[in-house]
Amino acid sequence: MADEVTLLDFWPSPFGMRVRIALAEKGIKYEYKDEDLRNKSPLLLKMNPVHKKIPVLVHNGKPICESLIAVQYIDEVWSDRSPLLPSDPYQRAQARFWADFVDKKIYDAGRKVWTTKGEEQEAGKKEFLDALKLLEEQLGDKPYFGGDNIGYVDVSLVPFYSWFKAYETFGNINIEKECPKFIAWAKRCLQKESVSKSLPDQNKVFDFIVEMRKKFGLE
Amino acid sequence: MAQEDVKLLGTLGSPFVCRVQIALKLKGVEYEFVAQDLQNKSEELLKYNPVHKKVPVLVHNEKPINESLVIVEYIDEAWKGKSILPTDPYQRALARFWAKFIDDKVFLAVWKSVFTIDENERETNIKEVHEAFQFLEDELKGKFFGGEEFGFVDIAAVNIAFWVPMLQEIAGLQLLTNENFPKLYKWSQEFLSKPTIKECLPPRDPIFGIFKGRYESLLASAK
Repeated sequence: MADEVTLLDFWPSPFGMRVRIALAEKGIKYEYKDEDLRNKSPLLLKMNPVHKKIPVLVHNGKPICESLIAVQYIDEVWSDRSPLLPSDPYQRAQARFWADFVDKKIYDAGRKVWTTKGEEQEAGKKEFLDALKLLEEQLGDKPYFGGDNIGYVDVSLVPFYSWFKAYETFGNINIEKECPKFIAWAKRCLQKESVSKSLPDQNKVFDFIVEMRKKFGLE
Repeated sequence: MAQEDVKLLGTLGSPFVCRVQIALKLKGVEYEFVAQDLQNKSEELLKYNPVHKKVPVLVHNEKPINESLVIVEYIDEAWKGKSILPTDPYQRALARFWAKFIDDKVFLAVWKSVFTIDENERETNIKEVHEAFQFLEDELKGKFFGGEEFGFVDIAAVNIAFWVPMLQEIAGLQLLTNENFPKLYKWSQEFLSKPTIKECLPPRDPIFGIFKGRYESLLASAK
């Protein structure tokens, strides 16, 4: 039976990148559709009427919304290869916990770093770096959060690395100096084709953020 | 099977804790409830949830699991018995979507529609609650979100069934009524009448009293 898989996405979105990585890890062929978020397609509005956001994974006409839910879905449907979640229930709970932590901390704190100034920005910077350090601790001596191979937490987190040039420039921080293990882990992930093909170049994301800042009147 | 050691660190008035209690009850898991004072956090809580320092925390054979929906999925996977999540991957994705929707779109909006002195903020949040409830109203196709029997989404929605009626009474609001969301309202009555659920709900009067006190303090502070 031929599977029809489509991904409604937006190229700089770290959430979209998560789904790209999962699909690549499983070797799934799919159609990629880049959305103009200022002019959302009828397909996007039909597939995600509740949030009207990307990414949306469409499998044989049925939509799956929310990036981590889509990643779990991919893991459960194509369960015969490259498992993303561990098989032990306790390890699975830990993986879900840390992916949820990434969702709660990294995006919002990171956003403060490139959209705010002064005290608010300082608070965002501290939150962001503290979160990275906690994740470094969690990684420990393992090559990946998933152990010997990339797993659910790696997939949820590594997309934000493509935004690091933007965070560093606008936040005036040196992430490698503060969190060397984190950078080493990110670079290790990028050596995998599933990751390197799914993340845009940091410079391209940076240019996109510069444009966004102009639109927000931050420049 | 070896003796299971299961502890739940929680507070009596928390809908998040209640979710976990329902899941444990469904699986017939015996556990020790360790009540927490969130104004004076115990060493045990800080040890088992150093990242968020919140309840609920499930401790299973001394290994902690945090975040209520993560805990409920863990309970579903660690113990046999009635399935909480569906078995089909697409249905599971939908269940996770609606549970997350409740987490993201209902809790804060309900709280802010009640515990505010800014009438504009109240109106904005009431509107958000109604929008969220309309989505849930449209999503309810059977007796429960889980179909003929309650499941993951129903458990996630326990705050709508038990906490929202209390809070709206205290603040004189019409968040969920038979008139504005008949299916959701009927669902809440059905859900609360299930013996498993009834046994896991905290006593209404003390919780009502605490919220009412809080609401009245807030109004008094505005004068």
